[in-house]
Amino acid sequence: MAIPVPLHLAIALDGAGWHPAAWRTAAVPAHAYFGLRYWADLAAEAEAARIDYVSFEDELAVQSPLPTGRDDRVDLFRGRFDAVQLAAGLTARTRHLGFVPVATTTHTEPFHASTAIATLDHVSTGRAGWQVRVSRNPSEARNVGRRTIPEIEPSGVASATKTRLRAELYREAEDFVEVSRRLWDSWEDDAVIRDLPTGRYLDRDRLHHVDFTGATFSVKGPSVVPRPPQGQPPVAVLAHEHNAFVLAARCADIAYVTPTDEHDAARLVEAIRAVEAEVGRREPGLKILADLVVFVGADAADRKARWDELAGAPMTSDAAVFVGSPVELAETVLRWQAGGIDGFRLRPGSHADDLIAVTRGLVPELQARGAFRTDYRSATLRARFGLTRPENRYAAA
Amino acid sequence: MSTVQKKPGDRQVILAAGFPHGSPWIIWSDPASGPQVDIASFQHAVRTAEDGKLDFFMLAEALRQREHKGKLFDLDITGRTHGLTLLNALAAVTEHIGLVATVSSTYNEPYELAKQLSTLDHLSDGRAGWNIVTTSDPASGVNFRRGGFLPHAERYRRAGEFLATARKLWDSWPIETVVGDGPAGRFVDDPEVGGYRQVGAQFDIAGRFCLPASPQRHPVLVQAGDSADGRQFAVDNVDIIFSMHAEPNAGRAFYADVKARARAAGRDPDSIKIMPGTQFVIGDSRPDAEERSRELAYRQITPQNAIARLEQVWGRDLSDHDADGPVPPVRDNRDVPHSGGYAPGGRPPSAQALAWYERAQAEKLTIRELIIAVTLRHTFLGTPGQIADQITDAVRTEAADGYVLAGLTQPTGLDEFVKSVVPELQDRGVFRTEYTGATFRENLGLPPVAGR
Ligand SMILES: Cc1cc2nc3c(=O)[nH]c(=O)nc-3n(C[C@H](O)[C@H](O)[C@H](O)COP(=O)(O)O)c2cc1C
Repeated sequence: MAIPVPLHLAIALDGAGWHPAAWRTAAVPAHAYFGLRYWADLAAEAEAARIDYVSFEDELAVQSPLPTGRDDRVDLFRGRFDAVQLAAGLTARTRHLGFVPVATTTHTEPFHASTAIATLDHVSTGRAGWQVRVSRNPSEARNVGRRTIPEIEPSGVASATKTRLRAELYREAEDFVEVSRRLWDSWEDDAVIRDLPTGRYLDRDRLHHVDFTGATFSVKGPSVVPRPPQGQPPVAVLAHEHNAFVLAARCADIAYVTPTDEHDAARLVEAIRAVEAEVGRREPGLKILADLVVFVGADAADRKARWDELAGAPMTSDAAVFVGSPVELAETVLRWQAGGIDGFRLRPGSHADDLIAVTRGLVPELQARGAFRTDYRSATLRARFGLTRPENRYAAA
Repeated sequence: MSTVQKKPGDRQVILAAGFPHGSPWIIWSDPASGPQVDIASFQHAVRTAEDGKLDFFMLAEALRQREHKGKLFDLDITGRTHGLTLLNALAAVTEHIGLVATVSSTYNEPYELAKQLSTLDHLSDGRAGWNIVTTSDPASGVNFRRGGFLPHAERYRRAGEFLATARKLWDSWPIETVVGDGPAGRFVDDPEVGGYRQVGAQFDIAGRFCLPASPQRHPVLVQAGDSADGRQFAVDNVDIIFSMHAEPNAGRAFYADVKARARAAGRDPDSIKIMPGTQFVIGDSRPDAEERSRELAYRQITPQNAIARLEQVWGRDLSDHDADGPVPPVRDNRDVPHSGGYAPGGRPPSAQALAWYERAQAEKLTIRELIIAVTLRHTFLGTPGQIADQITDAVRTEAADGYVLAGLTQPTGLDEFVKSVVPELQDRGVFRTEYTGATFRENLGLPPVAGR
């Protein structure tokens, strides 16, 4: 029998789920969303199903349907933890599950983001990743106050400016990832020597200045955090546009795409492979996960219709929306996989219903077909993706 | 068992566990010193502290690797974590103990940091603390967008407005507004929740905060400045001062100064707690502990470490000197690069050098003896009972409200203290036997955060 191609399943956790009205029928008291227990239960559910990892969204603003953040809705879920901090809080409640939180590159310090992700990797002993996010949202720029994002300001900026700004923010993200990766390598694995005769705790030759100078920042290094257990925690990019394809191909390990169907999925895989070739990416290629909003179960269509009605409009999303049974979802998953997709990041319509339908419906269905792991076998998130622990770029050859 | 009676005038002691990095305090060469950046080490340290009913666990911060003579410093235990990220991981394995991260107000922005601290306070059920530092190491800027360094007064102005802004953010979204009424379609009962605006010399920001108020509303605030600016900042802003004045006489002078400043500012002096950072040595008797202290000090300050520290202050190469020999004279060192460590009160190194040199002359100290005297603080020495008496006395005589303790090894350094000294303090009625408050702030006996 041929060895089946490993399928990757991640779950994107956010609020009460991805449907804006999902919270309205959930039996969760609203205050519980702001405590560890609720999130720990979701993580445990994902881990019991042998999910690769969970991801968390993050913005430097409150969730809002408007880019300015100035909406006056009271019926929407609001409030979100710092994603890296939340992931850290869940590491002790899980043993195998990976965590890939968002950290934004536009308004933050590369040194802090890099040390925070390295720490997440240390406290989880090798289960951390990082979704790099570019912010083009004026409300975030106003909250941080370090730079203005003119793009969507009322006067309406010429589209050439928009295009340039966008490209600049993506280039900055690339610098940000590059400097983070260098900082992760800035301590060699054997830097701590505890050498009694010379009184040295550290071999300073095994620590390295990273000496990065980019257009918007420079960082000298080395890091203050020793090299993370994975060496390089996996980096993910949500790729909607060419800039993001390039960013992913140049410096990420995982790309999320948002195909409309299996044909689009195959087309996007091809497009990403082309960009990889264009930028001269070396092996291994990007792991490409399709983002998919899912409403799963016998009652999925009814639930979604009810929530759409409560929300006052059908749910819209950048990703395709699946509505159907676990068996149908399993078939969709396998069809898209056959088109070249390495896996999925599922965004459950609601945690209360659809997350459970994924973990207890979809996963057993895939396992029964031999298409998904029945146990965790790899100790780190990199290993789960077939990635080896990389050599340190600074280690003497 | 309980043989010791609480004496009139004995006050409750506050105790915390530090986790030093980049300091000669930790004897890394001791077999009991485990891996430094390792989740099992951190869990051991925080669980031990919680077993001992300590008030909080505290992490220091440095934003670059220290250098000495233009090279990375290699003699002290080093390697840290991003403090808040670690504390969130430790929140899940503890229930009561306060979790204090040292975080710079110079190299962060209010919205992001307020959000991270609020996250910790939510996830720990009200146990977050923030030790606000302005980052006195002038070279840290090389790792940040800001680049250059702010002058001392400017750093404190930024810290003041930073904190005022963070308070606005924490107060912008009352938890009561989160009603979660599904049928009525009201997640919050006010469309404006989180709205805020800050316009000042340091920050010009506006919008909506992203989290409802956390259990303590504001984290417990700690500060470790020592200059007049630093002390005033503390009196105006914080709940706890982390000080370097562990020796009881110096402690009393600092204590009196800060409490007088508090009174002058119209603040209840009891609402600001003073906690020097210090170490202790337990022995079978006082002389035994003293002898152990001497031995341990020689292991903390190795010959190489003694020379390096003297070089930092003397501002020149002294590698050809014998650490167990005499202290060389000071030269004019006005332009000495400040290569790390905290110069008390920001005194220029040349003045510090003169003071150290005078002391070495007066007390006839070798280089190593001098460095031991000026960098180590084995404040409490003796049997567990004697140490408990010393701590009780120090707190009764207003040398401190309590102490931030560091062991001599890591992460095992407080094991013995928790096993043997804590019960003695409990017998004396000056230390809790159970956590009674629902939050860190309540356990400290601090009043709730005042109205918005
Ligand atoms: C006990 C103690 C601990 C300190 N810990 C830190 C620290 O972890 N990180 C840091 O950047 N500064 C730390 N500092 C430095 C202080 O924040 C402050 O910069 C220094 O004491 C000088 O005081 P001043 O700023 O009032 O001049 C510490 C100071 C003391 C006294």
